[in-house]
Amino acid sequence: MDIKSIFANIPHIDEISQHGAFEGTSKKRMGTFAERSASQNKVVESLEEAIRRSGLRDGMTISFHHHFRNGDNIVNLVVGKLAEMGFRNLTMAASSLSGVHAPLIEHVKNGVITHIETSGLRGELAEQISRGLMDFPVVFRSHGGRGAAIESGDVHIDVAFLGAPSCDPYGNANGYSRDDDHSISCGSLGYARPDAKHADKTVILTNNLVKFPNAPYAIPASHVDYVVVTDNIGDPKGIMSGATRFTTNPKELLIARTAADVIQASGYLYDGFSMQMGSGGASLATARFIRQMMIERGLRCRFALGGITGQIVSMHEEGLIDRILDVQSFDLDAAESLKRNRFHQQIDSCYYASYLHESAVNQLDFVVLSALEIDVDFNINVLTGSDGVIRGAVGGHPDTADGASLSVVVAPLTRGRIPSVVQKVNTIVTPGSTVDVVVTDQGVAVHPDRPDVERKLREAGMPLCTIQELKERAEAVVGIPDPIRYKDKIVGVVMYRNNTVIDVIRQIDEDE
Amino acid sequence: MKLIKTGTAGTMESNDIMVTLEPRDAGGITISLSSSVMQQFGRQIREEITRTLAELEIVNAAVDAVDKGALDCTVRARVLAAAYRAGESQGYDWGEQ
Repeated sequence: MDIKSIFANIPHIDEISQHGAFEGTSKKRMGTFAERSASQNKVVESLEEAIRRSGLRDGMTISFHHHFRNGDNIVNLVVGKLAEMGFRNLTMAASSLSGVHAPLIEHVKNGVITHIETSGLRGELAEQISRGLMDFPVVFRSHGGRGAAIESGDVHIDVAFLGAPSCDPYGNANGYSRDDDHSISCGSLGYARPDAKHADKTVILTNNLVKFPNAPYAIPASHVDYVVVTDNIGDPKGIMSGATRFTTNPKELLIARTAADVIQASGYLYDGFSMQMGSGGASLATARFIRQMMIERGLRCRFALGGITGQIVSMHEEGLIDRILDVQSFDLDAAESLKRNRFHQQIDSCYYASYLHESAVNQLDFVVLSALEIDVDFNINVLTGSDGVIRGAVGGHPDTADGASLSVVVAPLTRGRIPSVVQKVNTIVTPGSTVDVVVTDQGVAVHPDRPDVERKLREAGMPLCTIQELKERAEAVVGIPDPIRYKDKIVGVVMYRNNTVIDVIRQIDEDE
Repeated sequence: MKLIKTGTAGTMESNDIMVTLEPRDAGGITISLSSSVMQQFGRQIREEITRTLAELEIVNAAVDAVDKGALDCTVRARVLAAAYRAGESQGYDWGEQ
């Protein structure tokens, strides 16, 4: 008896098989691997064709990553094409947007893009949104919050358009190339990976089609539907520069030195510790002082997390840091290291910071973070400027402040006439309950919920003051600023890392 | 103090303010101010300019000020210097408060 006859008599067959009995195989492929790569693959002839095949319709959600930073051409290229093809009412779920994305203003005005989700906004697009460009508020999420929203389905991506500096004909994509082409490199593709995994359709745009398999890859072929080859995915100069330079600003160096002293005195600098250094002059410079302390005391760091710079790479290469977990490579040194160093591991934003499971930020001993504003309740603003206009990014700020056992926020007490420590921040991005120590050039304040840290710093002889005293010191120099005037219209909604709404951003009021 | 000609003091650098004073026969003090911190400190900069001119007993003048985040002490110093230049006066009272 053949299997078809037996099939119906198998007990519980409805629960065992959903696909019926075997009916034979499709025609066997007999071409060589080389021939197949050229014909049977996911490469489509144009972006327009990929869009058409993706099934994208009006009102759907498209996504992008920001690993090309201010050199990105993917967003403008794709949205320009979508506008040309007549799409409307799209939601743009970008991992972040920057100054180079000003052409989106026209697409918003024309109704092509009606909703924006992002971690950050800068430049002319941010200015116009702060002045009321969009009816639907921009939704700001942290890197971990975005990953979680994509994982959980809060944000459903219909089509992801992801730029990749290398990709093979089946969609194995990476942020650098193992083959000979070195024209564009962005290192980690950590923010693109959840998109590729969860989007209904994923389109990779690459300038560099390499042979299968493009291993190692950031995005596996199994997550990719179409591959488009196009010369202009981005401007290497805007994507990243050689190495992040050390600051020579004496104020920043003073802050960095003090931050390193705080970390050491608080007991979180021990053999086998873990750390993340935020971007920004003072937080990056802290790594240099931490390095010196490690050498003097013979300590090793088990892992460094986050946005990775050349400094972290050189500490890894001199044996001070065992492992690097890299969600975003900040400079070419970091991108090169990802390629060269076996224990420099690329991670995605969910692994990095999603609150839905034990993510890497939860394993941090300490993090050093920058701030635009800090208020007397230790709340942090990294999103809106002192004039109320959006000019920053949530990034991993709330994720790491919450995850790390010791979060250290560094800032100059004043920037020009603008005080950094204020009565109330314009926008709460990171809640004060997750901020442990504020380090400025004019004093250090410990959160009242951390008497353990305060005691250790006092025992180490560090002069401390209250956050209120820091605010008063700033006011004594610059005066008390008049409050920013806002209109009623809400132009932005800020999500905490668990995707609850923590604050709103209102349209600025410039009427005389 | 009597203003004789146009007087200027200050630079366009960060944390400075460039103040230009022009004599007027009537019309009181008019201030044209642009500032990088207009929303937060525009009112206070105007007050400091007005207060400083009042101390010098200047009642009619056109003030053009381009501020790049100067502190009040800087605003005062630039207005004083511009006024002494506009008044062609060398009689600074270095001890004045």
